[in-house]
Amino acid sequence: MIEESVILVVCAAHGFIIMQLSASRLTVERGGRILFSDLSFAIETGGSLTVTGPNGAGKSTLLRVLAGFLPLAGGTLSLTPASGETLAEQAHYVGHADALKSLLTVTENLEFLGPMLDAGRGGMAVEKALAAFGLSHVAGLPAAYLSAGQRRRVALARLLVVKRPVWLLDEPLTALDAASQGLMAQIMAAHLAEGGMIVAATHTYLGLAGRELRLGAVP
Amino acid sequence: MKNAKGVPAKHAAKSPLFALFIRDLRASQRIGGGTSLGVVFFLILVTLSAFAIGPDLALLGKIAPAILWISGLLATLLGFDRLFQADHEDGSLDLLLTSSTPLELIVLVKCLAHWIVTGLPLAAAAPFFGLMLNLPINQLWSVTLSLLAGTPALTLIGAIGAALTVSLRRGGLLLAILILPLCVPVLIFGVAAASAGPDSLMPFATPFLILCALTLIAIAGAPFAAAFALRQTGT
Repeated sequence: MIEESVILVVCAAHGFIIMQLSASRLTVERGGRILFSDLSFAIETGGSLTVTGPNGAGKSTLLRVLAGFLPLAGGTLSLTPASGETLAEQAHYVGHADALKSLLTVTENLEFLGPMLDAGRGGMAVEKALAAFGLSHVAGLPAAYLSAGQRRRVALARLLVVKRPVWLLDEPLTALDAASQGLMAQIMAAHLAEGGMIVAATHTYLGLAGRELRLGAVP
Repeated sequence: MKNAKGVPAKHAAKSPLFALFIRDLRASQRIGGGTSLGVVFFLILVTLSAFAIGPDLALLGKIAPAILWISGLLATLLGFDRLFQADHEDGSLDLLLTSSTPLELIVLVKCLAHWIVTGLPLAAAAPFFGLMLNLPINQLWSVTLSLLAGTPALTLIGAIGAALTVSLRRGGLLLAILILPLCVPVLIFGVAAASAGPDSLMPFATPFLILCALTLIAIAGAPFAAAFALRQTGT
């Protein structure tokens, strides 16, 4: 009995369960034009995938496909072990838009996203997540008054407020200063260490150790 | 539910739909006039009608229910284009799609918040504007009740149009053209119920119950149609 409880504690401290995100022979169409076809990759627990490529190569489209916003023209996408939740419900999507209501305060924005995105995995209290991103002093300000970098950090703070295993990040470091970029690198490393997965589309170096997927140029 | 540092997560207990309801109500209050603007537009339409028809008090009192209903219908149209478009533009619609809460319920809750801010004040203001139109005193309550029962249907039908035009920059006019024909049954039975007084031939209950039925049909059907349209926005 004692050994069993010890094992349980170890599993809980590990964070997410062991899972694999695999894509095989993905084909994606956008406006009647095939962006890429026969794209395959797999990411294991604690792994990351950096998607690079020139403008228009389909980096953002790939992330939107993974988040379930766009349909697949071909191929399969699966997260194993299978659960009742879809990939979209287990993934955080941080896109170009910050998804903040300008009229609501920073705290109100995150207090809404917390329950909305929570799927029983819990997460950090809003004040703690804001403190982690160095935003405590703007917590009571309407989002409209924030700078582009601060808005970005609030958008990224929801990664901590709600725990989800897969992070889909589209240009996560846009508008961030050097200190915040370092901070984000630490937070991503901690997420991977906890057993999460990251798929990030970027033009800059993110410091992720995982594989790189280079999407081709548009003819 | 505990997080990595062992601190209970505060939001775990709060329902996602309640959080959405509170957010939408807060956001509409902060715009500064989301509520009052619709009522002011309603007032202007009623006043303009009175000026256009002239000083014939008997005629004005007779057609007052119809004026109030058409003005109410046009006033509810005002805010529809922003119902989903604001969320689409700032990216929060994407996040709502990654929530485990069904999109149909999200649409229904957004409509409820929208109705409280736009439809409910119209129904509340109707008896006062009815007095301006020489509406008989004993018909004031029937106008108010008919608007109270009918405006939710208008909001839900509007939500379908709002979802269809969510990605269009200037979707407001298209939205009006799409949904106004669908509002005809609500208008017919709404005016019929509003016109019913103690001395009228038709009892109040018949058109009023049909109006309630139309609202219930809209509650049951519109969220599915709007959610289906919203899921297609990416493609």
